Amino acid sequence: MKEFIKYDDEIVKKFVLATLIWGGCAFIFGLLAALQLAYWPLNMNLEWVTFGRLRPLHTNAAIFAFAGNAIFAGIYYSTQRLLKARLFSDGLSKIHFWGWQFIIVAAAISLPLGYTQSKEYAELEWPIDIAITLIWVVFAVNFFGTIKKRREKHLYVAIWFYIATIITVAVLHVVNSIEIPVAAFKSLPIYAGIQDALVQWWYGHNAVAFFLTTPFLGLMYYFVPKAADRPVYSYRLSIIHFWALVFIYIWAGPHHLLYTSLPDWAQNLGMVFSIMLWAPSWGGMINGLLTIKGAWHRLKTDPIIRFYIAALTFYGMATFEGPLLSIKSISALGHYTDWIIGHVHAGALGWNGMLIFAMFYYLIPRLWNTKIYSEKLIHHHFWIALTGVILYYTSMVVAGITQGLMWLSITPEGQLTYPDFIETVTKIIPLYWARALGGAFFIVGFAIMIYNIYKTIKNAPQAAEEKSVEVSRTGFEEQAEGHRKIEGLGLTFSILTFLAIAAGSIIEIYPTLSLHRYINPNDTTKPFSALEIAGRGIYVREGCYNCHSQQIRQIPADVLRYGPASTIEESQYDRPFQWGSKRTGPDLARIGKKYPHMWHLNHMLNPRTIAAKSIMPNYPWLFEKNTDFLALRREFSVMKKLGVPYDENTVANADILAQKEAKLIADDISANGGPAGLEKKEIVALIAYLQSLGQKGANP
Amino acid sequence: MNILIIIIPIALALGFGFVFIFVWATKSGQFDDLDTPSHRILKDDERK
Repeated sequence: MKEFIKYDDEIVKKFVLATLIWGGCAFIFGLLAALQLAYWPLNMNLEWVTFGRLRPLHTNAAIFAFAGNAIFAGIYYSTQRLLKARLFSDGLSKIHFWGWQFIIVAAAISLPLGYTQSKEYAELEWPIDIAITLIWVVFAVNFFGTIKKRREKHLYVAIWFYIATIITVAVLHVVNSIEIPVAAFKSLPIYAGIQDALVQWWYGHNAVAFFLTTPFLGLMYYFVPKAADRPVYSYRLSIIHFWALVFIYIWAGPHHLLYTSLPDWAQNLGMVFSIMLWAPSWGGMINGLLTIKGAWHRLKTDPIIRFYIAALTFYGMATFEGPLLSIKSISALGHYTDWIIGHVHAGALGWNGMLIFAMFYYLIPRLWNTKIYSEKLIHHHFWIALTGVILYYTSMVVAGITQGLMWLSITPEGQLTYPDFIETVTKIIPLYWARALGGAFFIVGFAIMIYNIYKTIKNAPQAAEEKSVEVSRTGFEEQAEGHRKIEGLGLTFSILTFLAIAAGSIIEIYPTLSLHRYINPNDTTKPFSALEIAGRGIYVREGCYNCHSQQIRQIPADVLRYGPASTIEESQYDRPFQWGSKRTGPDLARIGKKYPHMWHLNHMLNPRTIAAKSIMPNYPWLFEKNTDFLALRREFSVMKKLGVPYDENTVANADILAQKEAKLIADDISANGGPAGLEKKEIVALIAYLQSLGQKGANP
Repeated sequence: MNILIIIIPIALALGFGFVFIFVWATKSGQFDDLDTPSHRILKDDERK
């Protein structure tokens, strides 16, 4: 039976335009952050744009605003055509679109203001977390509703990847965001220490897996065959690599925590599964690349094919490098360095960016019922963007390996060859400039794309009546067996996918939920004092973790430089954990009592008075703002409820205790020639926190 | 090395398990039609 239906392409257009707008923002934030590392005065002494707050803004904009909107555009376009059905509900589509843009605006306001949970790519505070959950449910209902009313019984491989994305992102987001509010825009996670680290990096790595990989593989499976006008190379391979990918990826998180105090079994599981990931990742790459088989000549003339091939090549390189970096001995060199930054940008700019560009050059003429304004400009965009990514990637890999080798280098006498951390920073500053140049190239290419698209849409015919499409119900009478049968059963398929991702998640996370089993029974670690907690809040707010780790790894060079390796006990009360993932500056796990209060005061005011070549920003506002002592009572009562051993008196009088501590530090500062009357200022609370790091355990 | 007592049977079971699944899949016709789904998406709906 034939029917005439109309696809909802208006919603796709909206997501396309949103992608372009937020993409521009994400790239410019990234360029500014890159320049700040090369030339610190660009932090401008402004709290809102200082690197520690700008970097989360950049990553969130790139992942959730740029890639996110592009995913929704591509999924909504391809799903309707693959299922031969208009989207389930126009109303839900609109709520999804505007809700997502509202979340992005809320992030763009709250992150510069310092409202953050400090968990990477999950920084947004609890009200926004709730909004994300609601909008994700709207998206899921709209998507699964479309599956329900589909006219094509068989679900094509692209749809499987979308299903995996929707289910897994929901699980990741909800589990990682279980937090208790302490104020309108502040919360504490229920997890502490190694738990929080493990859950966060289970989330963090799978944000890469299920927000930047599976949806893009789904898009690849629809748009590459469409652009090449050839079927996907191997449908069978797509089945094998789909199941292998979703089952294995979820285990890989602990490779972000190698040589830390995370239990060894979790580290080893993370490493082994990361290495296994090489196979299903390359299955996808091979399947995409070989789809062009027999039409390679089009690489010479068709700029869209060129973008796809480049994207798949970067996917292949990044997913080769990822398992490599997950091997413990290589992680010892690469972790905390710019190599990781290079690695993620090969993925984000090369794979995600180029795939989005190709998809948009294909989609936009079709959506606006016109021809692209200039094919030549697409060629220009391609070469400029490619130059940019290569410059970015190579400079960061060289910077990362250079700095990593300097950190690890030990003289025959057993001393650090480069004991001065700053020496290892100044060495790579030229590469920071090269990286910024690479980013600038990428932005120039993007600007050319914007111009090309602007001209295309401007020249498009105005009569924009939605076209009818003739469709018919197919496949519902056929009897299929085995996997082909599952491919026709949306619910069964979704449940199997959920089981595949639940297995690794539960096996890895469940044991650490009983944190006490990992704590030495004779442990005497004390929780932070009232003022130290106030200072910790400031440390989190300023995003110090973006450049400073608090985790001394179990490797000789780390121990020589920073002191005994960090233990499970030391971070058992840390909510959120502050282990960090990058050492643009040195580790701070044992910075406490190393220097006098005045040292920290001068250092926060202007780091260059302590280390002449430091690239750390100034923090003058900490000397003007008053500490919010009163808020401590609520925070302490929440921490006590979560099991931190505070007595009733500490909880009831947290603010008074904190002010007493502040007075002592302020007096010490003024007695040593510093300014008087700082006891209410945030700088004193931050100094109290820094001085407590590494001092709480049994043998400080 | 006692772990070998557990690991070797597991490895063998996995290996034979996958051979069995492969034989079953082939016999049950899983590999009979490898092309239809991938070709179907290329056919665009007729625009009216």
